[in-house]
Amino acid sequence: MFTDTLLELAKKDRDIIVVTSDARGSVTLDGFANELPEQFVEVGIAEQNAIGIGAGLVSAGKKAFVCGPACFYVARSLEQIKVDVAYSANPVKILGVSGGVSYGALGATHHSLHDIAVLRTFPGMHIVLPCDIQETQALVKALVDYPYPVYIRVGRNAVPNVYEGELSGFQIGKARILLEGNDLTIIGTGETVYHCLEAGKRLHAAGIHARVIDMHTLKPFDKEIVERAAKETGKIITVEEHSIFGGLGSAVAEIVAQTHPVPLRILGIPDENVICGTPLEIFKHYGMDADGIYNTAIL
Amino acid sequence: MSKASKDEIQQLKLQAEKIRKRVIQIIYSSKSGHTGGSLSSVDIETVLYFHVMNIDPAHPATPDRDRFILSKGHSVEALYATLEAKGFIDSRLLDTYGHYNTILAGHPTRKVPGIELNSGALGHGLSAGVGMAMAAKMDKKSYKTYVLMGDGEQGEGSIYEAAMAASHYKLDNLVAIIDRNYLQISGNTENVMSLDPMQERWEAFGWQVVEIDGNDIEQLTDTFDKLSLDTNGKPKLIIARTTKGKGVSYMENVAKWHHGVPTEEQYQQAINEIDERINQYS
Repeated sequence: MFTDTLLELAKKDRDIIVVTSDARGSVTLDGFANELPEQFVEVGIAEQNAIGIGAGLVSAGKKAFVCGPACFYVARSLEQIKVDVAYSANPVKILGVSGGVSYGALGATHHSLHDIAVLRTFPGMHIVLPCDIQETQALVKALVDYPYPVYIRVGRNAVPNVYEGELSGFQIGKARILLEGNDLTIIGTGETVYHCLEAGKRLHAAGIHARVIDMHTLKPFDKEIVERAAKETGKIITVEEHSIFGGLGSAVAEIVAQTHPVPLRILGIPDENVICGTPLEIFKHYGMDADGIYNTAIL
Repeated sequence: MSKASKDEIQQLKLQAEKIRKRVIQIIYSSKSGHTGGSLSSVDIETVLYFHVMNIDPAHPATPDRDRFILSKGHSVEALYATLEAKGFIDSRLLDTYGHYNTILAGHPTRKVPGIELNSGALGHGLSAGVGMAMAAKMDKKSYKTYVLMGDGEQGEGSIYEAAMAASHYKLDNLVAIIDRNYLQISGNTENVMSLDPMQERWEAFGWQVVEIDGNDIEQLTDTFDKLSLDTNGKPKLIIARTTKGKGVSYMENVAKWHHGVPTEEQYQQAINEIDERINQYS
């Protein structure tokens, strides 16, 4: 996972520093803290300070990964991300764990369903949501010397593999086609990608040739792959563990509306406080699981 | 660092007045500026840039440089004028302050050589300073980090997160300065939201605190010199008691000059007052 790969890299690169705010458990950082205490900075429950310290470390030549729950980092410390990181062009890597509705029944305080929308508007901020363990590992390697600030959002719970074996050719900003097809396109990001792929496979079995895209990077956005999908498949469904406002669906709409308008359905969390349940129950409730995506596709 | 000689003190006083003059000139020219807080902090920045810090305008990004963060980013006019005096930016650039498409905006940005952090939102600088001081310790480097905060700024809670971390990590290479002019936009700080006893509060956070006259060049040089020798594991705070609007009689201790542009007549009076001191110190 993220922190295991980071630990291996940090053993060889002493400039890699992890900063966290009492989130060793949530982020699974005990191994890192025990093995590399000199590269580990605990700030206590103080997200604003964690981001500011991360910016200071990076400006002094360190490769800082600030790690903690997505819900707090992209709310409590949003101004530090805006000013100290993005505006100051300090390439801090912010790892938001337990993103989206990962915390399930814990409620809206612990959900992060606004993070993509907000961070997309910060000039210079990059945003990546890996979909499985392989992609996460490839991403960590790509991040260490990546010269821009990046927000990475990962989920809390184990997810089925989308990719088999080590992923080659991963590139931030370059989406991947998981399934070819010309009848419609389903685009997912982060944990929804698995559900998009499952729905896509069932659609193929039913004779509907869906194209499925893993849009791991929300910014910089792979416009070309979206334009091509609009032209070649004529219909798009987007699926995101995020508000239906301002996230993946909006980014796709911004492109197709201005280049090649096609029918678009945006699946995500509507403008309401999320119902109580496990993440999978929540996905199902809002039609974001494989069944829901399939049913939207055949309408 | 040896004690500043009388001659050096005189030179620093002269330098500070020249910087004050440039502050007034660029604010008058751009018709915009945080005048009062810039003038109160001029002496602090003069001493830092011309006596304390190890910095090289020809190599503003050298890894071993001392760091300065203007956490009270609105007082940027004093910083720009100091960077000009030190040779980081030239006078033609300084004259564009606040103009269309200049890099010299109304708050600091890293586009300007010598500026370490974009600021303007209050309560951010000390955390970034903690990060820089921490990096110096990790890399076993001797550079120091200086963070200048405002007193009104002390209302921001994030400062106390940074204050805790600085003492927890024993960052005795971090020096914070509070420009204690007792005025913020809405009036006296103690009426808006009381900040005293400031010294005791910071000491309770584990800091070494000294309180001095922040418009007195000699007290500033002496204090920075003494603190730089102290490797006691404690971060340092200088409560620099200053006068908001220092050096222009009608601006001194008047809250409305927090943000204000002089009229032509006021401009001339300000320049005359400063020129008088420049002549005195020359």
